[in-house]
Amino acid sequence: MSDGMKVLIIGSGPIVIGQAAEFDYAGTQACRSLREEGITTVLVNSNPATIMTDPDVADVVYLEPLTVSFLEKIIQRERPDGLLPTLGGQTGLNLALELAEHGVLERYGVKLLGTSLDTIRKAEDRELFKRLLLEMGEPVPDSLSVENVDDAARFVERCGLPIIIRPAFTLGGTGGGVVRTQAQLSTMVQAGLDASPIHQVLVEKYLQGWKELEYEVMRDAGDTCITICNMENIDPMGVHTGDSIVVAPSQTLTDKEHQMLRSSALRIIRALGIEGGCNVQFALDPASFNYYVIEVNPRVSRSSALASKATGYPIARVAAKIAIGKRLHEIPNAVTKETTAAFEPALDYCVVKIPRWPFDKFPGGDRSIGTQMKATGEVMAIDRRFEAALQKAVRSLEIGGRSLLWREPGWDLPKMIGQSNDLRLWAIFAALRDGMALEEVHQLSGIDPWFLRAFQRLVQAEEAISAGGSLLEAKQLGFPDAVIGELTGKSAESVRSERERLGIRPVYKMVDTCAAEFEARTPYFYSTYDHENEALPTTGPAAVVLGSGPIRIGQGIEFDYCSVHSAWALSEAGCASIMVNSNPETVSTDFDSSQRLYFEPLDDESVLDILANEEPATRQAELGAQHSVQVVCQFGGQTAINLAEAVERAHYRIAGSQTTAIDLAEDREKFGQLLRELSIPQPPGATATTVQRALDVAASVGYPVLVRPSYVLGGRAMEIIYNDTQLRQYLTLAIAVSPSRPVLVDQYVEGTEVEVDLICDGTEVLIPGIMEHIERAGVHSGDSMAAFPPLHLTADHVARIVDFSTRMALGLGIRGLLNIQYVVRGEEVLVIEANPRSSRTVPFLSKVTEVPMVRLATLVSLGRTLAGLGCGTGLLPPPPFAAIKAPVFSMSKLLGVDAYLGPEMKSTGEVMGIDWTVQGAIAKAFKAAGVDLPERGAVLASIADRDKDAALDTLARLDRMGYRLFATSGTARFLAAHGIAVEAVRRIGEGSPDVVDAITTGQVQAIINTMQGGGPMKDGFEIRRAAVEARIPCLTSLDTAREFVTSLEGPPLRDLGVAPLTEYTRRHLGTGHDREGQAVMGGGGGH
Amino acid sequence: MQPEPRRAVLVLEDGSVFEGTAFGAAADAIGEVVFSTGMTGYQEILSDPSFRGQIVVLTYPLVGNYGINPEDVESRELQLNALIVHELCREPSNWRSNRSLDKHLRAAEIPAVSGVDTRALTKHIRQAGALMGAISCERGPAELLARLKLNPNYSAIDFVKVVSCAEPYVWEESRGKRHRVALVDFGVKYNLLRVLSQAGCEVTVHPCDSSAKDILATQPEGVVLSPGPGNPALLDYAIESTRALIHAKPTLGVCLGHQLIGLALGASTYKLKFGHRGANHPVLEEATGVVRVTSQNHGFALDRAGLAEAGATVSHRNLNDGTVEGLRHRELPLLSIQFHPEASPGPNDSLNIVRQFVELLEAA
Repeated sequence: MSDGMKVLIIGSGPIVIGQAAEFDYAGTQACRSLREEGITTVLVNSNPATIMTDPDVADVVYLEPLTVSFLEKIIQRERPDGLLPTLGGQTGLNLALELAEHGVLERYGVKLLGTSLDTIRKAEDRELFKRLLLEMGEPVPDSLSVENVDDAARFVERCGLPIIIRPAFTLGGTGGGVVRTQAQLSTMVQAGLDASPIHQVLVEKYLQGWKELEYEVMRDAGDTCITICNMENIDPMGVHTGDSIVVAPSQTLTDKEHQMLRSSALRIIRALGIEGGCNVQFALDPASFNYYVIEVNPRVSRSSALASKATGYPIARVAAKIAIGKRLHEIPNAVTKETTAAFEPALDYCVVKIPRWPFDKFPGGDRSIGTQMKATGEVMAIDRRFEAALQKAVRSLEIGGRSLLWREPGWDLPKMIGQSNDLRLWAIFAALRDGMALEEVHQLSGIDPWFLRAFQRLVQAEEAISAGGSLLEAKQLGFPDAVIGELTGKSAESVRSERERLGIRPVYKMVDTCAAEFEARTPYFYSTYDHENEALPTTGPAAVVLGSGPIRIGQGIEFDYCSVHSAWALSEAGCASIMVNSNPETVSTDFDSSQRLYFEPLDDESVLDILANEEPATRQAELGAQHSVQVVCQFGGQTAINLAEAVERAHYRIAGSQTTAIDLAEDREKFGQLLRELSIPQPPGATATTVQRALDVAASVGYPVLVRPSYVLGGRAMEIIYNDTQLRQYLTLAIAVSPSRPVLVDQYVEGTEVEVDLICDGTEVLIPGIMEHIERAGVHSGDSMAAFPPLHLTADHVARIVDFSTRMALGLGIRGLLNIQYVVRGEEVLVIEANPRSSRTVPFLSKVTEVPMVRLATLVSLGRTLAGLGCGTGLLPPPPFAAIKAPVFSMSKLLGVDAYLGPEMKSTGEVMGIDWTVQGAIAKAFKAAGVDLPERGAVLASIADRDKDAALDTLARLDRMGYRLFATSGTARFLAAHGIAVEAVRRIGEGSPDVVDAITTGQVQAIINTMQGGGPMKDGFEIRRAAVEARIPCLTSLDTAREFVTSLEGPPLRDLGVAPLTEYTRRHLGTGHDREGQAVMGGGGGH
Repeated sequence: MQPEPRRAVLVLEDGSVFEGTAFGAAADAIGEVVFSTGMTGYQEILSDPSFRGQIVVLTYPLVGNYGINPEDVESRELQLNALIVHELCREPSNWRSNRSLDKHLRAAEIPAVSGVDTRALTKHIRQAGALMGAISCERGPAELLARLKLNPNYSAIDFVKVVSCAEPYVWEESRGKRHRVALVDFGVKYNLLRVLSQAGCEVTVHPCDSSAKDILATQPEGVVLSPGPGNPALLDYAIESTRALIHAKPTLGVCLGHQLIGLALGASTYKLKFGHRGANHPVLEEATGVVRVTSQNHGFALDRAGLAEAGATVSHRNLNDGTVEGLRHRELPLLSIQFHPEASPGPNDSLNIVRQFVELLEAA
């Protein structure tokens, strides 16, 4: 029936808050699932850091902007029979709707697969959905859109207080709030109306303290409906489910309550006629059987990814098959291999999910948590006890080794518990330790006493541990060795040795979807302190791949891509791949991505426990000193590389670059020494451990200087400093951030930044490509646009970069990947830093060069040579196309965060534009990143004095193209003086309308704003935040602005063509590219 | 406040030993050790007569979380012989809860064990099949094993007579409903009575050994043969009355009632290796191709062989192991299903069966 069909799948685009790696997992599963059925898959996504955009996941892959017009071009070219709209998140669903509304689907005869257009509309349109539910007799919370206070008052008369006010068309809940008393009503409604640009607010019954529950349900075309999983939010109603701590299955519901909600979820999926997966959210009164339906997502979602990992049931894979008409009972069960997909998983463990928030990067941001999701990622932990799962999840967060013991002086506990925020869990523990009554914590937080009592048991257990209580019991409750050490005044290592002496070690149990009722062969395990161990050591050669943990700014989905490819390469080499990761959103935590999956935190304790399980002491003795299990630390970002030391200390074998190479690259003193020995130049600078020394260094190299703590991730705490005062200020802050770690002070070289990723086998080096950043050095590389091949490098620059890179790789002793960042100033090429691991750019570079970089690096780490793998060496020749990587930000979700770009990374994701011309690729990259300007639009310029001359040309070109220019007073005077037509707008405080009004009223459609050297310009922050809230582009680097204007000068986007990725890259290889290149390609796959 | 933990031991007839901590009543127990995979519904399980004679292992590791409430009761007393869990919650949280699981079991004099590696135990039962077991705080494994050898096997005991009502009665809330129905109580769960009542049936409950003649003398429009514990092949008296009832009136057979219908038609039953107990069993309705997730609790099943000869067709099939989940008859107006439409615990997805039964009554 479906054989020979061609199906288009739309991905979810860049990672942003609310739409993360879960859709890479979903899209990848969907492509595989459909290909199994003989279907040709065409995948479109603008995000190069994904597994789904790999050439062997879908049949045809397009890395093009996710817009209706580009999709239409792809449809025109590919002529798919069907479109699968429900696996690419909200982005994919919205685009499918738009394609239908624009008549594109009809025009090309593309059938919407699975869930129908009508159903999607019914579920997505609030009013239609509400009407449908009311017709069905399903309860929905009362709400009303009002435009004056009187109507709101009448609503309250009918429905009572409290109510929640949600102003229409404002972001981040501005002007909203909870009205608890009659006295607050009129002022708060008025404030909401004032905040809304259309003077309208939604007033809704506020379900304070109600439980929030989610049901993941599926339905096939034969009307079979099943529930995969239910989940209970520990945070009651009012906190976005993506920002809630969640437990699966529900813990505080009787069978009657559970079945009531389950039945309601099934009635809803039937009434909507969904064919595929669906998520239904409920509010449940904690003191009656009353409930409300809150929301329905007629598609695969973040929650369904979590449910998949929590149960082992592959929701996306099954949803894809349902979409092409398969019935649930016709789909084999991938876990048991004997039964079918028509069943409901039974869990015999407890799962806890904790969101990962970005406030470590944005300490100034608004940390309150409410209806707007703010987390960039999440972690999940599995155990047989709730307390243990919770503590494991906390360990997985990677928040600087902070356990539940963490507290800061000055925390206002009642306030932090009452108003939800990212630190609430810790505040509750602190309050319980201080003796706050459980009832008070319950009153303040609304959290069910069941959870609070579990927290209290942990606090009591802390006391017992301090008093020398049972180590086994502490471990059964999930206390990490480090915390037990902290409570007993010992080191984590000595707790570990004590455990070893007493024979207290975790066992590993299987996630099998059926609570052991049937035999399963899922190689999916979690640790627990119980009796029977089900994970017997892997036989034969094996290697553990350390994953990258939760998605956060600075460590995104790229590293999951690398981890998965490494696992595949290991399998190909006949080495069993053992994955360790804690992130439920990812492809790496699919149980079939590796030969064995340990869903565990990525810390010393769990990695060493896993290694001990894979290689018990008895086996070690047999094998002698040389362990057979290897550990791959290169691909899981800084998380994995940080574990190398502990692995080595425990005498396990690290595959590829050894800790000596890591240390040499990461220790700035040693690295500087190496560069001097190799005669490779770097910006002058030195390490300082005191303020005075730093000032001396700055004086000797000259301002501006670039300062940072010596071990950094994502440019954390890195800044450009322009004078002594700033430096003094910074140092107090930086030293507070990392007291024991020295600070690096380097001359800030304002040149072109260049990045290289290479593979070294110990004697030979392969450089697939060089990337040039659009923004000058000083903007974090993760926030920069990058061009491949480079745009402005001379042959001499390139030769020097190749020479330096090669000698550095060999000098460091790299076996595997090395990422190097350079700055090019005039003729000079200077080294900024080297990372002895996979980098953010590896997926991008792998895709555009067709060099399977992770595969080669993995095989080289196992001892193969580049020559032996049939690879060329040196720099591969540049291709005849251009590819541009552009960052994407989630600023609109994060109140109080400044949007300017600097050395500290802020982006959450990336997109890629590829075209035969540079201008085309740049235009596509901007479009894909949502940086856009309508024809005849207006641009606001607010430029710092020192940048004014440099900005002139760019602004003049905008003027020549006929765009209207607005500017703040100084900039306006400057432009007028240069004969450019400009309208001046008032600064903030000069009366209205001012610059912010110009933005919020939609007078301007883009902003170019640079910062006064070193310090924020007076109005800058307000201007940038206004731009973010108005969702218009705000370019804070003149380099970005220049390229943006250049792209506007180019042919209109509608004239740009589309082509599958391989059409670009294969033509590249077809043009007489070296034979070794072909060999590199030939070995791909193996999974 | 918490009682001093007492160590308890579970010994299986094959000699394997599992250790844990005792809770509930301080008593010994012997029974068939079976596992149930439902993640909620322990309270209903405790009072389900079909668990009579059994030591029940719950695979979900956290038990007692929502306590015990006065409403979710399925029979006049707690039925199982003992309960085994991974972790007991002593401080429940739910608005209806008025006592803890521990207190509830103590009051009913039923022993229980926590702290057992229930997953290991479940795997053992899956591999070895249902086994007789004994738990005790006082006696050692050797003594328990010796006692087990003396105890009759679960499959040889008639538990139906123990759990059935002594006298006929009318289910109170069903009084005055449209259709008069006779239900033979082999170990009925109250919820079957509740859903029949909600579907418009006035239900008179008859003891398990009532004769067909006595039942039919009350002039019911239809008959319901209830679920119940144990081996159906032992129940000659019930098979005999069933044979007469199905030829006389539209009949709904549920679980044990379904097995009795099969036996009455001349088919045979056999013991499943470890039974079906839980809330997630997929059952395919052959006529429509719809799969429903069902609540199940049985250790015996109808043999497919011989059904055709008996004039029956298989209407429902278990997707996990292909076992017979439902029958229709060529001539007789009967509905016979192995799973529990009344759920409790479990999904309410099969209430259509009860509606179909009412339609049968209306068509008659």
